Amino acid sequence: MKPSRRASLSAFRPQITQLERRLFLKQGLSLGALSLLSGCTLKDDDAVDRLLFAMSRFNDKMQAALFDPSRLAPTYAEADVTAPFPFNAYYEEKDVPRIDGESYRLQLSGLIADKRPWSLEELRALPQSTQITRLVCVEGWSAIGKWRGVSFRHFLERIGADLTARYVGFKCADKYYSSIDTPSALHPQTLLALDFADAKFGYPLRLRIPTKLGFKNPKFIHEIFVTNDYAGGYWEDKGYNWFSGS
Amino acid sequence: MVDEAGARTPRIIHPLYIRVTHWVNAVAIFVMVLSGWRIYNASPLFHFEFPAGFTLGGWLAGALAWHFAAMWLLALNGIAYLAYCVVSGHFRRRFLPISLRRALDDIILASQGRLDHAPGRYNAAQRLLYVGVILAVIVAVLSGLAIWKPVQLQALTALMGGYESARRVHFFAMAAIVAFLIVHIGLAVAVKGVLAPMFTGRAEAPR
Ligand code: HEM
Repeated sequence: MKPSRRASLSAFRPQITQLERRLFLKQGLSLGALSLLSGCTLKDDDAVDRLLFAMSRFNDKMQAALFDPSRLAPTYAEADVTAPFPFNAYYEEKDVPRIDGESYRLQLSGLIADKRPWSLEELRALPQSTQITRLVCVEGWSAIGKWRGVSFRHFLERIGADLTARYVGFKCADKYYSSIDTPSALHPQTLLALDFADAKFGYPLRLRIPTKLGFKNPKFIHEIFVTNDYAGGYWEDKGYNWFSGS
Repeated sequence: MVDEAGARTPRIIHPLYIRVTHWVNAVAIFVMVLSGWRIYNASPLFHFEFPAGFTLGGWLAGALAWHFAAMWLLALNGIAYLAYCVVSGHFRRRFLPISLRRALDDIILASQGRLDHAPGRYNAAQRLLYVGVILAVIVAVLSGLAIWKPVQLQALTALMGGYESARRVHFFAMAAIVAFLIVHIGLAVAVKGVLAPMFTGRAEAPR
């Protein structure tokens, strides 16, 4: 788990840019795998692709069914916090966006009653809570961190979000984007985090959702929207499983 | 094994149900292991990586898609196999009794080329290995669930010693399965007349 390993999602970038969404698995069919599969009617690349995407959607449904809205992620003591906390993004650490907190305004759109933008001061005036939980990366590694901020459920209720809508989406200053299911958004530990170890982890505002993998925790959020239309995400659109629950 | 009838008629030594679940399992295990190696490479636990050419999926998302698709095949087929084993008495007939002593005796006999391979009957070493690999697959599935759902299935994750420990359990379960496979495939190919019956079900003409 050296830093070079940690950066391995970004190490895939050159490959990723070459790959179109529907094509990404074809190149994955190494010769060995092809000969393995040749006896199983899945000879055709497109059929394999379609099957794998269908299974991923099936896994979204199974994970939604498995999700217990009241089951809490384990919490840890201050002494367990991983230091230094690993940096991970689709770009290098030196390219993190630098945002001016004074002029920052969180934008709201979609199925929300009160779309008035929020300043940091206003967000800080809401009740704050702290959590120390384990962040699990899709790559396999994990780290324990401490985050403090506003209960996302409280915030969504406060702005009059349509809580019967299917998705809550995020747009970020680093051009990252993602979306989550509403039940997970309303989980008691889902946090709009304002305080965390370092600005590079998403200043001024990020999502901390311990019931999902790390890449479902968007950083540098500048807009939140509520929708019934599937909104995908940066990694999700490249082929990672959308639900990605923990 | 020569039967009373004089043994000219070919006998079914592997029931169709066992043959089908065995080969479905073999495909599922291969997909799980090869895609698992690719997933491992994204964040290696130890100071080595698996050669990319021997992995499945091409990149992390592709490998995960394979892994999370084949896991259903592995689990459902495995449950079907185990249910049949217990209900039909196959497990009791073919795998019991298990004795470490007799397994060692058989390994020594085999190394001297004196172990008879009787069609339709597993020797003590085979019994031990088969039950061992069945347990390894069960541990792989459980530790896999523990790292897939460390919140929803947190009791299971805790049982595995926590998330980071469960990753290691998952790795070593894979290693045990691969070690079994090297021996298992090696013997299936090397010992005359055992591979074909696993497809046809029929024992070859007795010696
Ligand atoms: C290319 C791969 C494989 C080959 C060529 C192969 C071959 C065979 C053969 C020939 C037998 C019958 C042995 C005999 O009659 O003495 C057998 C049985 C068995 N194999 Fe495999 N096998 C393969 C993969 C696997 C895998 C991946 C597993 C499990 C992880 C496995 C587990 C077993 C078990 C448990 C039995 C006993 C089945 C029963 O009677 O219930 N095999 N295999």
